[in-house]
Amino acid sequence: MSSTVTRSETEAPAVQNVTLGDDAPRTYRHYHRPWWFRAFMTTEFLIIALLALVWIWANISVDNFSGPLTVRYLLLDIAPLMMIALPMTLIIITGQIDLSVASIMGLSSVVVGIAHVEWGLSLPAAGALAILVGIACGAFNGFFVAYVKLPSLAVTIGTLALFRGLAVGLLGTTALTDFDPDWTSLATASIGESRVPLVVVPVVVLILIFVILLHFTPFGRGLYDIGHNDLTARFSGVNVARSQMITFILSGAVSAFAGIYYTLRFGNSRGDNAMGLELEVIAAVLLGGVLIFGGRGALHGVIAGVLLIGVISSALRLEGVTVNVINIIIGVLLIASVMTPQIVAGLQRWRPKKGKVTP
Amino acid sequence: MVADQTAPVLELEGVRKAFGSVVALADGTLTVYPGSVHALVGENGAGKSTLIKIVAGLHKRDAGTFRFRSKDAQFSSTADAKDAGIAVIYQEPTLFPDLSVTENIFMGRQPVTRGRRIDKQAMVEEAQRIFDRLGVNLDPRRPAQGLSIADQQIIEIAKAISLDAHLLIMDEPTAALSGMEVERLFAVTRSLRDEGRGIVFISHRFDEVFDLSDTITVMRDGSYIGTVKTQETSNDELVTMMVGREVTELFPKTPAEIGDVVLDVEDLNQAGTFHEVSFTVRAGEIVGLAGLVGAGRSEIARAVFGVDPYDSGTVRLNGRTIPKNKPTAAIEAGMALIPEDRRQQGLILESSVAHNIGAAIRSRLQKLGLITRSSENHAAEPWAGRLQVKTAAMSMNAGTMSGGNQQKVAIAKWLATDPKLLIIDEPTRGIDVGTKSEVHRLLSQLAGEGLAILMISSELPEVLGMADRVLVVSEGRITAELDRSEATPEKVMHAATARHEQIREGAAA
Repeated sequence: MSSTVTRSETEAPAVQNVTLGDDAPRTYRHYHRPWWFRAFMTTEFLIIALLALVWIWANISVDNFSGPLTVRYLLLDIAPLMMIALPMTLIIITGQIDLSVASIMGLSSVVVGIAHVEWGLSLPAAGALAILVGIACGAFNGFFVAYVKLPSLAVTIGTLALFRGLAVGLLGTTALTDFDPDWTSLATASIGESRVPLVVVPVVVLILIFVILLHFTPFGRGLYDIGHNDLTARFSGVNVARSQMITFILSGAVSAFAGIYYTLRFGNSRGDNAMGLELEVIAAVLLGGVLIFGGRGALHGVIAGVLLIGVISSALRLEGVTVNVINIIIGVLLIASVMTPQIVAGLQRWRPKKGKVTP
Repeated sequence: MVADQTAPVLELEGVRKAFGSVVALADGTLTVYPGSVHALVGENGAGKSTLIKIVAGLHKRDAGTFRFRSKDAQFSSTADAKDAGIAVIYQEPTLFPDLSVTENIFMGRQPVTRGRRIDKQAMVEEAQRIFDRLGVNLDPRRPAQGLSIADQQIIEIAKAISLDAHLLIMDEPTAALSGMEVERLFAVTRSLRDEGRGIVFISHRFDEVFDLSDTITVMRDGSYIGTVKTQETSNDELVTMMVGREVTELFPKTPAEIGDVVLDVEDLNQAGTFHEVSFTVRAGEIVGLAGLVGAGRSEIARAVFGVDPYDSGTVRLNGRTIPKNKPTAAIEAGMALIPEDRRQQGLILESSVAHNIGAAIRSRLQKLGLITRSSENHAAEPWAGRLQVKTAAMSMNAGTMSGGNQQKVAIAKWLATDPKLLIIDEPTRGIDVGTKSEVHRLLSQLAGEGLAILMISSELPEVLGMADRVLVVSEGRITAELDRSEATPEKVMHAATARHEQIREGAAA
């Protein structure tokens, strides 16, 4: 019989009575900075401000940007990016990375296509199957990272190729396009009479779930601890392996959902769908102020990072700038955002050189 | 044997070294003459290693004089020290395993032929000459891989000889050696001494110190205590010098009412780490776990808490068996472990005081599964207050604070879990004297409130001053259990090294 370890309140020693020194216990301010400093003097707010600036600039000087269709297509375009950025944030905060997300999207696209078009399953059933496959993919990654303790960079580079290979292998170079039109039109439908696409609803629900998970649960607190120092986390009773496993499973499930949306939106199921999207996701997360080494970051910054990439891309496309140039700009922004903390630290350390002190 | 009329090879006076706010070495003073074996003794943390590292060029001193061969010395790297003629032999030498013995000896300064090619023949011959002189039987051509630690040390010594080192420092060289190997090392050391080299010998074992050295310098709490001739001193005098103060004065241990057994560890085994470990800790009792560094004390504590696995045995808390390798379950059951290494195991330095204090009680802070920063702040604040943590606000990062304050945060974090058993590993390592006695008073108070405390400490006075009962660990086994009334430094030291002696006698027989 395994022991269930519970504590009863009556047995506890009266540790509360103990104080150090003779003085009465002192009290503390909870914060050493005023509320406005904590809210606005952050990397996250810098990104939000940058987003606002770019938004204003695009509205003023980019033709057609202020038109009603721009926002609609912007939201349709960035929905997969936004969804996957959420679990990716959790993973990067623990100091790991998941490069296989776009391949899971591709595999999910193929699974939903085969199940729906070839086997004739209803779309919800086919979608559920695709999400199960996504969970399995995430669990596969998570098993090797959390329990075998392999570096996630190596594991997910491997599964990036593995899952993509499975996707292309299942369907070859053909594309399945014969989807139920009710469902494909749903993917691009709007909420009521507005021009806001319906996909915003699941995206907002996911955002709420992940914000609560990361910022308002013991699990989320533990993720930061793992990212800073997994040994301390373990000593504090954080189940490090299980937490890592959960983040990778979430990543697999959300990537599969994004894959279903992607398939329905473009009405085709292909093995090479969403190729290379993982880089855009990681770029958005880092741009949003999440530290690549783990331990630091917040979801409002990541959401702003995704929107910033979306707004820049769509504004420049309207300006007639080619995709290559857009990629160059996003690449430069990304490196700048990763470098910012180091530049700040460097400036703080810099002191004019004094004469050598000899003892 | 001490050649007083000749100039000393090494002179240190008033050498000081601080790491941040922690003074590791307050007054390092050591004078070594050529042709002498000079033993350096002191408890763990007395500053011996810091002193050696300054001589070896690993650390820079903050103040004081350092003269080597009658010239002022200031080494900025170990290479500088080596070039000047200082060789250091550590407990576990680091050789290149894939290179031959000869190549290891001449690493970085191989003799070359006229064609700029390495003169292998000359190297091997020179290595063989050194081995002959030392009277050791080693093949210079064999790879270093697979050599015993004793042989690796001989290679380090050979390296020192080929460099013509004037000063040879041996930092606990015998810790991993068998009896015969120790004898050979001592024979080699004596022949080096007779060649006129100065030798500094660090050891915790008094029999070795008396066997080998002619002069002994004692250090305590980072300061120089005194230098004596080996022939004119005794075991007791050395212990008194090392321990120094009246231990009871410094430690405000008040007798507490001893209650029921809280922790019951039975026959815990982990291959290669600890064996047949059984002990109990009662409510209101402070049990000290003493022993040399590396004896397996921390490993036992970590296994009990569940951070490390164990092969067999049982751990019970208040009669309930605690599942192995599950810290979460141990915490739930009322166990707390304040680890040895605050920075790597105890705290998240990049996180706030509130986050750290709340880290082990999050499952209790949540309401409907949710936790907020405000609930963390409210839960953490009284604990910071009780421990008089010096911080401007609960949101300050733990990394900005001094070692003593960090330790208070670590203690607060674990007291907040409302434990029944507190395991505390090196409670006062690296913290200032003032905070030290505060921590000691706190532990005594906690025991008075009925908490069971298991305290691991390498500082003998701390163990003897605080513990109701002392368990001595040596090579992964509990070799002695001493009551407070019968625990003396000699008895603990004897038990901490006892097993080594038995093994050595067995090997020599």
